[in-house]
Amino acid sequence: MRVLGIESSCDETGVALFDTDNGLVAHRLYSQIEIHAEYGGVVPELASRDHIRKTLPLIQQVLDDASMSVDQLDGIAYTQGPGLIGALLVGSAIGRSMAWALNIPAVAVHHMEGHLLAPMLEENPPEFPFVALLVSGGHTLLVDVKGVGRYTILGESVDDAVGEAFDKTAKLLGLSYPGGPALAKLAESGKQGRFKFPRPMTNRPGLNFSFSGLKTFALNTIQDHSKESRAPYNLDLQTQADIAYAFQEAAVDTLLIKSCRAMAETKYQRLIVAGGVGANESLRQNLNLKAKKLDFEVYYPRAEFCTDNGAMIAYAGSLRLAAGHTEPPIIKGMPRWRLEDLDAI
Amino acid sequence: MKILAIETSTEACSAALLDNNNVISRFEIAPRQHSQLILPMIDELLAEAELKLQQIECLAFGCGPGAFTGVRLATSVIQGIAFSIDRPAVAVSSLTALAQAAYGETKIENCLSAIDARMQEIYWAYYQLDANGLMQYQVEEQVCKPELLKLNSSQVDWIGVGSGFDTYEKVLDAKTLDNRQSKQMRWLSNQFPHASQVAKIAKSEYLAGKAVSASQALPKYVRNQVVKK
Ligand SMILES: Nc1ncnc2c1ncn2[C@@H]1O[C@H](COP(=O)(O)OP(=O)(O)O)[C@@H](O)[C@H]1O
Repeated sequence: MRVLGIESSCDETGVALFDTDNGLVAHRLYSQIEIHAEYGGVVPELASRDHIRKTLPLIQQVLDDASMSVDQLDGIAYTQGPGLIGALLVGSAIGRSMAWALNIPAVAVHHMEGHLLAPMLEENPPEFPFVALLVSGGHTLLVDVKGVGRYTILGESVDDAVGEAFDKTAKLLGLSYPGGPALAKLAESGKQGRFKFPRPMTNRPGLNFSFSGLKTFALNTIQDHSKESRAPYNLDLQTQADIAYAFQEAAVDTLLIKSCRAMAETKYQRLIVAGGVGANESLRQNLNLKAKKLDFEVYYPRAEFCTDNGAMIAYAGSLRLAAGHTEPPIIKGMPRWRLEDLDAI
Repeated sequence: MKILAIETSTEACSAALLDNNNVISRFEIAPRQHSQLILPMIDELLAEAELKLQQIECLAFGCGPGAFTGVRLATSVIQGIAFSIDRPAVAVSSLTALAQAAYGETKIENCLSAIDARMQEIYWAYYQLDANGLMQYQVEEQVCKPELLKLNSSQVDWIGVGSGFDTYEKVLDAKTLDNRQSKQMRWLSNQFPHASQVAKIAKSEYLAGKAVSASQALPKYVRNQVVKK
């Protein structure tokens, strides 16, 4: 079965072709980062306007890459939520109406299900059950995954997502949007021990997260060391790097503590990490060390499938289509959609 | 000549199927439900006409101006269909669709078409009938506060149409009175752009070779200032 996947929930247009016999055949991504950079964050209307220009050309490229024509498709999967409603509607409407016109089944995919199944696209995919740590710009989740669609949320952020905290702290440090990767880069030249950031919500039981306090702590630290009392702050390079280091250390450590707690609670042997922050090297290194010590396996998607992409949507959709899930010819976008509300296959 | 058209840029959601000179359609005022209604509406039309989608030669859509999400819905649906069955598409201004309907109803050959653009503004354009019975721009689409609307037309008889008139009756009345012969405010109330008009206008565009490929089928927002800096 050849399934076209379309992702348009935020500021990335992703399209991919997954073949249940041959695996991932082709995938393309167009990132809108440059469009939104000058505003310091995603402007929803501009995102929608760009998706509608980019989706069909990307679909054409993917078909060309696969040397296939559109009528060789057996199904179409598209992200229906959660995300920006206008952006979701573009991908959903194109995907749903293509399937309608081609008279093939369509399936609506949950964006976070796409993320948490992304490690399955790699060699040596994890078996169920596992714990998923989903860390992106919009989400911080620990999920008990017993099978496709069999999800229980063990913990989530009560305020900012961890990627959001990276981005906001990076902005305070004067780094350009989206600052997560830039902050990580800067942290490489930071010194350990100069600053000590808190590990929010780790000294009490439970698996929820809170990251807005880290950002505030960063702001206070920056103000204490800045020659200017208001933005743009003026820090010497080393201080900037040291703050980046301490922030990242605290964020990563917090994720680590809660992930290990979730592993202990579920007694599972496998942890998967997905979402944009899953590309963070420090997180990966520290998790790998911990996993060795505590004797569990960690799985990651390749870096390009940590952030939003069409491959994970095509893949998740193919599993659901193969299990007979289909959508009526009704176009929907679901800006809020709980992972736990999905049907099991 | 078979054309399938849709229009979802305002509160109204409609689909039409043109087969030579015969047009059948579905129309519903259904705010926020367009995305659920549109494909089933098209299914009904094809069934009623006993046609297969593959028999359609050209797709058409109301490309706005109007509600951004609605305009994009029609655009993405037509993109998806046109791409899948490899047919061209024609983008028709939603204001022109209104003007064409107003002419059909009143036989008045000049028309000021205005759609409520929210934020105390209207989208508008001014039209005149051409030799082929189609309304053509005298003033192209723009967006502005109704108080700032400027008509340079000489004193002719013209008809107003669109939600802009429903919302800003008084302002538009005072503003445009000098420009018309009849000195009486005349406008059609409760009119929304309709896919039947989109289909009729698209037919002549298609025959004139103005259809585009699916990925060139794009919205016309008119309001391009969307970010507060
Ligand atoms: N190396 C990294 N270190 C820390 N954060 C990162 C890194 N790479 C990406 N991110 C963060 O990941 C987020 C984007 O991830 P993505 O999964 O695309 O999120 P969303 O689904 O919310 O758009 C951003 O907040 C970005 O800063």
